[in-house]
Amino acid sequence: MPSVIAFDGVTVAYPGGTVAVDAVTLDIVAGSFVALVGRSGSGKSTLLKTVNRLVTPTAGRVLIDGQLVDAEPAHGLRRRIGYVFQGVGLFPHLTVAENIAIPLRLAGRTDPARVDALLDLVELPREIGRRRPDALSGGQRQRVGVARALAAEAKLLLMDEPFGALDPMTRDTLGRAVRGLHDRLGLTTLMVTHDMAEALLLSDRVLVMASGRIVADATPAALIAGEGGAEAQELVDVPRRQIRALEGLSA
Amino acid sequence: MTAAFARVPDLLASHLLLSFAALLLGLALALPTILLAARSAAVARVALGFASLVQTIPALALLALFFPLLLWLGLPPLGFLPSLLALSLYALLPILRNGVTGLAGIDPAAIEAADGVGMTARQKLLWVEAPLVLPVLMAGIRTAAVWTIGAATLATTVGQPSLGDLIFSGLQTQSWPLVLAGCIASAGLALAVDALLGLAERGVATRRRWLWMSALALLVVGAGVAALPRLAPTRPTVVVGAKNFSEQFILARLIGARLQAAGYDVAYREGLGSAVAYGALKTGAIDVYVDYAGTIWASEMKRDTAPPATEMLPEIARWAQATGGVRMLGTLGFENAYAFAMRGGAARAAGITTLDDLARASPRLRLASDLEFLDRAEWTAVRRAYPMRFASARAYAPSFMYQALATGQADVISAFSSDGRIAADKLTVLRDTRGAIPRYDAILLLAPKRAGDAKFANALRPLLNAIPVAAMREANYLVDRDTDKQPPDGAARWLAARIGRP
Repeated sequence: MPSVIAFDGVTVAYPGGTVAVDAVTLDIVAGSFVALVGRSGSGKSTLLKTVNRLVTPTAGRVLIDGQLVDAEPAHGLRRRIGYVFQGVGLFPHLTVAENIAIPLRLAGRTDPARVDALLDLVELPREIGRRRPDALSGGQRQRVGVARALAAEAKLLLMDEPFGALDPMTRDTLGRAVRGLHDRLGLTTLMVTHDMAEALLLSDRVLVMASGRIVADATPAALIAGEGGAEAQELVDVPRRQIRALEGLSA
Repeated sequence: MTAAFARVPDLLASHLLLSFAALLLGLALALPTILLAARSAAVARVALGFASLVQTIPALALLALFFPLLLWLGLPPLGFLPSLLALSLYALLPILRNGVTGLAGIDPAAIEAADGVGMTARQKLLWVEAPLVLPVLMAGIRTAAVWTIGAATLATTVGQPSLGDLIFSGLQTQSWPLVLAGCIASAGLALAVDALLGLAERGVATRRRWLWMSALALLVVGAGVAALPRLAPTRPTVVVGAKNFSEQFILARLIGARLQAAGYDVAYREGLGSAVAYGALKTGAIDVYVDYAGTIWASEMKRDTAPPATEMLPEIARWAQATGGVRMLGTLGFENAYAFAMRGGAARAAGITTLDDLARASPRLRLASDLEFLDRAEWTAVRRAYPMRFASARAYAPSFMYQALATGQADVISAFSSDGRIAADKLTVLRDTRGAIPRYDAILLLAPKRAGDAKFANALRPLLNAIPVAAMREANYLVDRDTDKQPPDGAARWLAARIGRP
């Protein structure tokens, strides 16, 4: 499989000496759903944002399909990458349909049918397109966020804690919906999450970050089997303990 | 009241044009500053700090400060320009503050999303930041509009016609219908503009294009209607200036009537500050006005002696011609000197008849002066000749100064010798035995551009040495008395008949 994203010695250091990302080198292959897991402050969001240049590395290179990300103006690069984040960032002065159509507008296209198709894709009723974002529930808003990210047929999807602000039920259904879209559309997805259970259930490959470094890189099955090292196992232990505790309650 | 409102439409139009121009210039300055401030915290701090500082300067002082500045720059120091600049600076703060806080208040997620989907800086500004900041910005523009329209009444003091003309001359002559007409018109204008901008704001917030478009269209139409008469080619107009007291208003109308009879179109700039009036003449902002020998002598020529008229008047004429080409046409025939006056009974009881007596009694007495006397060279000269230290010294608008004396809030005032109220209120004028106060012969001064205009001079020459002080006092009293008051042009007509120069 060809690699879609390649990190090569990527380092992000801030004035004052804080190192958010410390010489990360890794490849992400086409079609994979990769979860980037770690505690708050581990540098996972920062690493993700070096891909669409919301963060500029102080050292190292990031390549997409073999091209350096800074080989063109940032806005051109970003238009080819779907980006979903916890804050969603729907534009409050636009309708839902106008929000979804923003990437199309940026590409100089008007395609109402495409907007309807995107609403279908994220399982929202079409009439919701006429509403304003503030009339939507949190889960509906993030569905719109996903629809917007996919509007211009991006093949690479970056997600930064996409379900972090949602209730557990919504989180579960939306997570599975996104995984479904990933498979159906043949996307390459990099998802940052602090929730190891979510990472294990949705992804093909889990990267664990601590203090700016990748400390584990394994399949969910391998992590469940106890591989990946101490930091990773500490994170895997959280859902494991919860399951045991729940079983204890039912026994 | 009807007569008072008759002057409203024309003044309202120039008030509206001035306010709109100032608001637009304020916007033109504020908008780019807001954009810069959004990208740099230092710019935001400096810009907001400057705008707040401007706001702490009283509007009246801000207007006056532009006079020396523009004079120094060689620009017209009076009228539209200083008013426009001062009011624009005044309008800056609410627009800037709302713009900057509005931009800072945009949900950071919306900005991150705008970047994330790949908007350029320009697209982000036009598609996201501008529409989101607009409602907040509109609120700031509304505040600025109301402030500007209110403060524009003060433009009168620097010779720009505005609704303040009514308020200031009404206040001076205690003609309350004029004051009311000015206040009602200016408040009405402020409310109307605020309401229209409010509609525009609502239209923007609720995305009803027709609503904000029609509100703005109405504002533009209003400005257009106000501007229309000014766009028509006008015949050259002569401008008669007047300082801010009744005698000046009357003399201005007397002069204006003669010029009109001679075929000139006449406009008036009334309520000019004493310091500003001579400068206005020199720069040609006004064509003619009446000043007083002692004022030019002390304030303009910076002399502190008090020579006899035979020396002083030719010297003033020579100096005025030499320093700015101003022509002193001649004297009107009366003096309006500073004169210390007391209530007749009180002066007799205390045995005060001269300024020497006054100086001795001064620690027990309260002085009321007009607004500028305490800062004038004459006051310094008087104190040098007669060492006085009053228990208190307060400045009043001239009408209120007489009231303060009448009601016993003051014991002695810096009256004017041509004032009708001296006789009417039975005041005692204290004698200047040491000759400390210079002569205040009323003199007719012509702007440099009128200096060689024979027709102009001939129209005014019949006024020279034609007005005895008794006639001037009576005319002043027609305007200043509390009952059966005359407007200044009525008093001017009366005076013309009284001196046989109809």
